[in-house]
Amino acid sequence: MGGFTAQFAAALTVTVSLGLISGCLGTAVGLFLAISKGTARHPRLANMVTAYTTIVRGVPELLIILLIYFGGTTLASRLAGRYVEVNAFTAGVISLSVVFSGYATEVFRGAIAAVPAGQTEAAKALGLSAWQRWLLIIGPQMLRLALPAYGNLWISLFKDTALVSIVGLTDIMRVAYVGAGSLRAPLTFYLAASALYLSLTTLTLLSIRMAERRYPALGR
Amino acid sequence: MNLGLMLDAVAVLPSGIALTLTLTVLSLTAGFLLSVPLAFVRAFGRPAFSGAALAYTYVVRGTPMLVQLFLIYYGLGQIEAVRASIFWVVLRDPFWCALLAFSLNSAAHTTEILCRGLQSVPKGVIEAAASLGLKRFQTARLVTFPIAFRISLPAYGNEVVGMIKGSSLASTVTLLEITGMARQMVSTTFAPYEIFIVAGAIYLLLTSIAVKATQFLERRLSTDRRPAERARSRWRPPLPGRGITTPLS
Repeated sequence: MGGFTAQFAAALTVTVSLGLISGCLGTAVGLFLAISKGTARHPRLANMVTAYTTIVRGVPELLIILLIYFGGTTLASRLAGRYVEVNAFTAGVISLSVVFSGYATEVFRGAIAAVPAGQTEAAKALGLSAWQRWLLIIGPQMLRLALPAYGNLWISLFKDTALVSIVGLTDIMRVAYVGAGSLRAPLTFYLAASALYLSLTTLTLLSIRMAERRYPALGR
Repeated sequence: MNLGLMLDAVAVLPSGIALTLTLTVLSLTAGFLLSVPLAFVRAFGRPAFSGAALAYTYVVRGTPMLVQLFLIYYGLGQIEAVRASIFWVVLRDPFWCALLAFSLNSAAHTTEILCRGLQSVPKGVIEAAASLGLKRFQTARLVTFPIAFRISLPAYGNEVVGMIKGSSLASTVTLLEITGMARQMVSTTFAPYEIFIVAGAIYLLLTSIAVKATQFLERRLSTDRRPAERARSRWRPPLPGRGITTPLS
């Protein structure tokens, strides 16, 4: 087990960076989609966003990862005219961002809808521009409302990173798999992996709880 | 895009639906049966028991299901006692390992869902049942659980969808459900898009049906309508007397 400690440490960095990058990208896309769905003048745009979230939330994460990894390799090879392999980390970041954004859109959309309409009307009455309304009035209230559900998304995200090991990314799960095979001690290695994932999710949970206490939903 | 390959996939992949649905339905059932007592213990049990239930749900919900599946499929074999025991016949088989992992996982999620439902049953209703002379088990069976189940239904719908999607992990332990079949087809045809997109469409169909079914059940079980309308609903849990109105949600 000794030689694998360093590998586990490196794998932890891979898992954490995969989670953080996809979470941040997914949040950005989710916010954008939720706001464009809320302010869409054309019903077609809102329907497209709904279709996106329905598809992403209705298809297994594993399948999305497989599609983007293998499909991405085929697409890139076809475009380049020779064999190009999409790196597992990139494929993981793209697929987990897609999954995260699908859920985040719904969370943010619900939170935007939960901000009382009177707030927007009052902001309009005060003569605030659309940017000012979103940044100063709706945004802060919406984010506080969204926080508990948004925190759960991060926990699921860190658990979903384990799936990227199936396409060969050397994350915690992959190191455990390799270690279990080479030392013939699967129980030890998978328990170690569970402990690492559990501490990751615990850390996420604690940070979310702290944020919730610091920024409780207003007016409730 | 090769339409011919997609048609091939449309013809082949549905044969994996049976295994996906078997895994989903069996693990949801086992998980539900396990979670009902656990949820009661977690919601109303003594602190020590409630804490033990919480520890179980916390650990299971805090680790990826893939790790749990591999722990059971690869890990348990490391213990000599397990290999020598009669359980080895079951634990050697990927199907039973997947089923066990999914059931334990689903039990943990369902316990938390039902526990939240049980905790939001108004105190007055339980006291009213006690004052009518119902025993504790009768109160739980006839009053607390039906109300809690109705409250938990939307969240349980998400768990059903999650389980349909989660069953795709069975493909990692060589089972040929929808994802497994798709991966096998991809490895022979080298056409990942076409086949994975068809597989995704099948999953989307299954999860949409699950969502619709939950919404239907929610409408059936809701108490916000007039009694005449509610009387037509067949799947309403038997509540003692129809006059009970509870402030739900």
